[in-house]
This record gives sequence, structure tokens and C-alpha cells, in this order.
Amino acid sequence: MTFRRSSIPWPRIALHVFLVLTCLVTLAPLLWALYASLRTYDDTARNGYFSVAESLTFDNFSTAWTQADLPRYYLNTLIVTVPALVLVLLLSSMVAYGVSRYSFRFNLVLLMLFTAGNLLPQQVIVTPLYRLYLLTPLPSWLSDSELLLDSQLGLVLIHVAFQSGFCVFVLSNYMKTIPRELGEAARVDGAGVFRQYWQVILPLCRPALAALATLEFTWIYNDFLWALVLIQTGDKMPITSALQNLKGTFFVDNNLVAAGSLLVALPTLVVFFALQRQFIGGLTLGSTKG
Amino acid sequence: MTALESPAKPAGTSDPSPTSRRGRRRATALAPRDKLVLGLMLGIPSLVHLALVWVPALGSVALSFSSWDGIGGFADIEWVGFGNYVDIFTRYPRFWPALQHNLIWLLFLLVVPTVAGLLLAVLLDRQLRFGRIYQSALYLPMVLSLALVGFIWQLIYQPEQGLLNNVLGTAATDPVNWLGDPDINLYAVLVAAGWRHTGYIMLLYLAGLKAVDPALKEAAALDGATAWQTFFRVTFPVLKPVNVVVLVVTVIEGLRAFDIVYVINKGRNGLELLSVLVTDNIIGESSRIGWGSALAVVLLVISLGFIITYLFQVFREEERA
Repeated sequence: MTFRRSSIPWPRIALHVFLVLTCLVTLAPLLWALYASLRTYDDTARNGYFSVAESLTFDNFSTAWTQADLPRYYLNTLIVTVPALVLVLLLSSMVAYGVSRYSFRFNLVLLMLFTAGNLLPQQVIVTPLYRLYLLTPLPSWLSDSELLLDSQLGLVLIHVAFQSGFCVFVLSNYMKTIPRELGEAARVDGAGVFRQYWQVILPLCRPALAALATLEFTWIYNDFLWALVLIQTGDKMPITSALQNLKGTFFVDNNLVAAGSLLVALPTLVVFFALQRQFIGGLTLGSTKG
Repeated sequence: MTALESPAKPAGTSDPSPTSRRGRRRATALAPRDKLVLGLMLGIPSLVHLALVWVPALGSVALSFSSWDGIGGFADIEWVGFGNYVDIFTRYPRFWPALQHNLIWLLFLLVVPTVAGLLLAVLLDRQLRFGRIYQSALYLPMVLSLALVGFIWQLIYQPEQGLLNNVLGTAATDPVNWLGDPDINLYAVLVAAGWRHTGYIMLLYLAGLKAVDPALKEAAALDGATAWQTFFRVTFPVLKPVNVVVLVVTVIEGLRAFDIVYVINKGRNGLELLSVLVTDNIIGESSRIGWGSALAVVLLVISLGFIITYLFQVFREEERA
């Protein structure tokens, strides 16, 4: 009896069955969108969506691509995301370096301010921020609205300011695990503060920076509120906030909505599959104390 | 990852190193030029952060005591004390439903995805064939924006064409309008939001579980504890720091919730949230800045309690180190 029971590991099989089902349920919404996006309008209009497809096609993707002017919105996102990403990592790593390697009186206060800042709900900030942006003039070569409001620079700035809270927290925890002697050695060799940071500490932080870059790319790409409030011209909207308009463009054609949604999700999905370790690593870095 | 390894030696302690004999008394004594460089390295990012995050946050508090429609300069601001708050609490029909929805949102996220995430983490925290594949599938929704989640789930919730009513068999006869019916649409949206949140919670608990010393579990097993007892009496208490992180992350996520309801119906008809009311006063039909700020302060007050809890937890460890 016991012999036979141990030869077939039932608990383990039950576990696998449960996990496979859970994964399928989890993926179902995406698979459903994918299925809808691959079918023709005629097919789904005649047979409904809950039916076997007559044929599969990529036409919806190309239609969504051109009809919704997706390249423009991808570009808008790119213009904001790349500078914001570089700046937030640069500025945050400088603060993290200062806070973790030197002791001042206001060290902890500064670190707490950044950490708490990253936890504030955006809505607490957004009303005065909108007013502030409305009152800040910019030269016209920087922003055709001649204001910080409705300018891509304004969007970059708030991403940098808001996300630096999380990055400072993660990077300072990471830098604390780097032995102090490394910086000391460079100092004895005559390296100034900035060279110690740039040539000694920063290269050692590569894993943390890679993890943060992956995570921050996704977060900035996925931003909806900042752009919705701070960008007023539809043509300047990044892609996530432009989703709103897609619904109007595609009207009632769900196949196109599905294809468009998947195209918008594509960059984050690619990043997730290609850099999953970094993505997961970034989140665990932020949550567990080093 | 490195963060899960044991922490390095604390940095602040000034142990007498050989160099300190040669003139420099403290390890942090800096040349004037280095002081300036360091000041800039700390000062510029802090200035950006303070100016664009904390100044507006305090601005919300200040403006919440004012009545200002945004026309004219600051001189036209009229100060009304707690007038906005009184009006919001007593006369604003959308406030209490929104607050209630926010609290339901919090409660739901704190219960359903947390339990599901913890369960999945416990199940996956072992040598398991295909374990990585399961993890990837469960993490996947996490990378999608909530706005996109709203879009994708609309395809599921549509009355006649949606997946859900077709699977339930109610599509042809008596289709449920999941997102249109104000009695149920909040819960339908919460399922979608929870779908995305579960993977995140699972990830946090998995990282926490990996850091639990296996010797603890072995000792409990030697003492004759069952798997349940070991989990609830030994593992779960050790996970306390993770629990705090989960709590804070979930609360903040709950208070920030906006994109998904805005994409679905602009946060009306049963989907009102505090965040929607705040935003309506900037880009919506009304532009009552003092009013919107007072609503934001309500959000701030709720979140502040959790933020302080979190800071306390994180930086108490710091002090101890």
C-alpha cells in the first residue's frame, strides 16, 4: 500500500494541475485579446467572438498601426522615457552615493524624504503641479506651448522627480553593501568625490542599475496620469495616455481594439521576457532591505 | 539578488583606522572642493525632488483652505478656512460614495490578491519542475499598465460579446452588464486590478520566503510541528517585514487607483474614486482648485499613516544596524 502510494506522487501532480490551471486563468485575458485580434471583422460579426475562427490574419495589427497613428505615439513615449530614465538613474545614484557613503546630520532625513515622496499618491501632487507648470514660461524652442505645461520637458521632469524617490532608496541600500574600503583606496590615490563615485562605485552598481532601468522603463512607459493632466495637445500624448483616443478611433471594432492594446503592451512585454531577471530583481531590491 | 544576502558592515561607525592618525580625524573629513562637489551631487537632485514633489504636496494642503477658480494670480485667492472640507463632508454627493469605493478597493486588494499571492508563493517556494515557467506566467500581468488592463478586460466584460458571459452561458439569454451596472461594476474592475496585483504580491512573498532560514523550519519539524503549524507559527511571523511592505504597497496602489476606472468610464456610474474627483477639478468640467486640493488632502491623510508606518519599519532597522 505505502509502496504503491509513493511510486505515484499524487500531491505533486495535484500541485502541478492546480498551477497549470491558475496560469491559464491568469493568461486568459491576454490570450482572449490575442485571439480576437487575429480574427477578421466579418468573422466575428457573423459568428460572435465566442466561436471557432474561420481564418486568422495579422491585418488588424497593420490597420491599428496606421489608423491610430501608433508610430507617432510610440515616438512621443520614446522622447519622454529615454531622457527621464537616464536622468533619474544619474541623479538618484548621486544622492544614493552621498547618503550611503558619507555621514551628515541630515542624511537620514534626506533618505526618508525621498522614500516617502515615492509613496505619495500622485493626486496629492498633481493640482499644484499643474498650476506650477502653467505659471512657468519656457522659450519657444523648448516647448511650442511656451510653458512647462503641455511640454515634453515638463513630463520628463516630473518623472525624474517622482521616480527618484524609489531609485534613491534602492540604490542607497545597494551601495551600503559595497565595502567602504573600495572608495577609501581610490581616495588615498587622490581621486576626488566625483571620481570615486563615477569610476569606483557606479560601475559596481551595474546590476542594481540594470534592474532599476528595466523597472523604471516599464513604469514611465505605463504612466497615465501625469501625461493626461500635463499634456494637453493630443498629438504630444505618450502612447499609454493616448489609449483614451484609440477607443474613439476604433469605434466599435473590438478586433482592432484588441490588436491596438496588444501593440501598446508589446514594448513592456518584450522587456519583461528579455529582462525578466532584472525586472524581478528590481522589485525585490526595493522591497527587501539589503 | 544581493539585497537578499546578509547586510554588509554598518557604514556610519568611525572605527579608528590607520589613516586617522595622519591628521584626518574623521573618515568623512573632506577637502573644500570635495565638499562643494558632494553638495551639488546631493543638492541638485534633492532640489528637483523637493520642488516638484514636496512643494506641490504642501501646496495641496495650503490651497485646500482656499477658494480659487484658477483665474487671476495668487492675489485673487480667497482664504476660506475649513470651508472646503465642511462642504465636501456635508454637501458633496460624490464624496462619500468615492471614499466608500476607495475603502472597498483597499479591503479587496488587502484580502484577495494578498491571500492568493501568498498561497502561490508558498506553493512555488520549492524545487519544482516548470517552476520558472509558472512564475513567469503569474508575473506577466504586472508589466501591463492599469490603463491597458482596463482596455483588455473590457473585452472580457462586454455583455454580449465578452468572454465571461459566454463562458457562463448568459450571453444570449440574460447578459450581465459587468461594467455598466453600478451595483457590480466596482467588483468587476477590482477583479481586473487584483489580477494585475497578485503577481506583485507573489513576487514579494517569494523573495521573503527565500530569505527565511531553512533551519527554522527543520527545527519546527523536529519538534513535531505539522506543515500548517510550521507555516503559521514559524514562517509567517518571520515574514513580518514583508507583510509590512505588502501592506504599504497595496494601500498606496489602492489610493492611487485611477487609470483603470478612467479608461472604462471616466470614473462615473459606480466607479467614483477620490483620485477621479481630484482629477476632475483639474481637467474635468469644474476647475475648483481649493476644492480639488481638499480632496487630495483627504487622500494624503489616509496614505500618510501607512507611509509613516513604512518609514518606521525600514529606518528602525537602519538605526539598529
